[in-house]
Amino acid sequence: MIEFDQVQKSYEVGGRAIPALHATSMTISAGEVFGIVGHSGAGKSTLVRLINLLERPSDGRILIDGDNVTAYGADQLRAFRRKVGMIFQHFNLLSSKTVADNIAFPMRLAGTYSRGQIRERVRELLARVGLNDHAHKYPSQLSGGQKQRVGIARALACGPSILLCDEATSALDPQTTQSVLRLLADLNQELGLTIVLITHEMDVVRRVCDRVAVMDAGRVVEMGPVSDVFLHPQHPTTRDFVFESESIDRQELQQDLAHAEGRILRLTFRGEATYKPLLGRVARESGVDFSILSGRIDHIKETPYGQLTLSLVGGDLAVAMAALQAADVHVEVMR
Amino acid sequence: MDSLLSNVDWVEIGWASWDTLVMVGLSLLFSVVIGLPLGVLLFLTGKRQLLEQPAAYAILSFLVNVLRSVPFIILLIVMIPVTVMMIGTSLGVAGAIPPLVAGGAPFFARLVETSLREVDRGIIEATQAMGANIRQIIFGALLPEALPGIIAGVTVTAITLVSYAAMSGVVGGGGLGDLAIRFGYQRFQTDVMVITVALLVIFVQLLQMAGDRLVLYYSRR
Repeated sequence: MIEFDQVQKSYEVGGRAIPALHATSMTISAGEVFGIVGHSGAGKSTLVRLINLLERPSDGRILIDGDNVTAYGADQLRAFRRKVGMIFQHFNLLSSKTVADNIAFPMRLAGTYSRGQIRERVRELLARVGLNDHAHKYPSQLSGGQKQRVGIARALACGPSILLCDEATSALDPQTTQSVLRLLADLNQELGLTIVLITHEMDVVRRVCDRVAVMDAGRVVEMGPVSDVFLHPQHPTTRDFVFESESIDRQELQQDLAHAEGRILRLTFRGEATYKPLLGRVARESGVDFSILSGRIDHIKETPYGQLTLSLVGGDLAVAMAALQAADVHVEVMR
Repeated sequence: MDSLLSNVDWVEIGWASWDTLVMVGLSLLFSVVIGLPLGVLLFLTGKRQLLEQPAAYAILSFLVNVLRSVPFIILLIVMIPVTVMMIGTSLGVAGAIPPLVAGGAPFFARLVETSLREVDRGIIEATQAMGANIRQIIFGALLPEALPGIIAGVTVTAITLVSYAAMSGVVGGGGLGDLAIRFGYQRFQTDVMVITVALLVIFVQLLQMAGDRLVLYYSRR
């Protein structure tokens, strides 16, 4: 469990303290995949680096499993860092070492593993990330996705309980992103690894995260289960991210809506409701005519969801609304 | 052939070449032994680096700059008393080595500092995140990653030392430079001059080729 207790970070720039993170308190539970989204400069990078104290907080405490790590001495801190893996946007592999040596590196630094143990563990990790045949290659001979897999294997070498991901998929193409995210989700399931993931892509959050914090200008502006934040974004920044991830151009949407007649509703289905043949029945019962303005069905982690924007004309609107709500559909009246 | 190179004493040339080799070799060795840690220290104490120490950096940087800004021919003369104090003479091969190191070590230190700065900060950060201490960061990540650049620096330093070593002939150092000055210049024996210069050119070419090969071998990018 990771707890932030009034943690604050500011940088000295030209004699002035510029806040990077305003006083923040939050808790990340053990075993969850926690996403942090924000634009560049929002403070997410600072937030994740505070966890393994690559950045020292200007104020406040950080507790890991109840231990105040901000009070650790140098030796304790190094031992603690071994239990927190980290992967990076640009992988940060050592170009002078082979894949196997990169993965072995944290264990060699720890100095508590025998040669045999290291060899065995490297083999195990290579198999786990699907790079059996690449042990003796150098990073420059690998593709981006393979490099990130090496990064992940290296981060796991000393058996961490926490994995920090700093824009880990931002330099990868969509397909590779998929496979790396799947690997992270598997590791979370199999090893019970707590994953803290920062990204500027809401899509990444949607695919793997359990909970998400949205950051803007050094503050956490919204936090909650991904489905809540994703389907019912409250803060303008969150809305931006969600719309962006659905490739919705808001101006275009407004123009489309201007052409539509009648009431405009936005329906959100979650879970089983997504697949139920609901609209036809509601139309018959209430006598409303509807046309679909936009719609999508997708998944948040494993849960399916659907969102439809409809325009409704004629019939008994109240009956229609009641029927929809009765079927566990979230209804938002847009006009 | 004999008439063309009538003044050339090949045995003398042989010994002078050997002396140059020894002067460059030994002074390069000491330059690296002193310059490498100096370069690492310059890098680490620099702005926004792991051991940021503005005062220490300023002092080291000033020392290096002073030694580097004095023209080598002046450094040769200024160093004479120091050299006599250190090894008893300022003449010959041995007498040339202290001024050569005084010129070579700070030069090499700057090259080391530059090549360390080119190591991706992300790699240092990743190594820190693994729980490495400063010694492990230096020897495990920084130096291996900067190795090609450092080898290129050794090559450039070696070549600079070849020309410095030749210059030391002016104040009584040995080697090809000494020969060129005493025979080629002072006795107008142009053929000796040509031969010594040709040998120096070949020597520099060989050093550069060897250095380039090593850099290529250690570059994994």
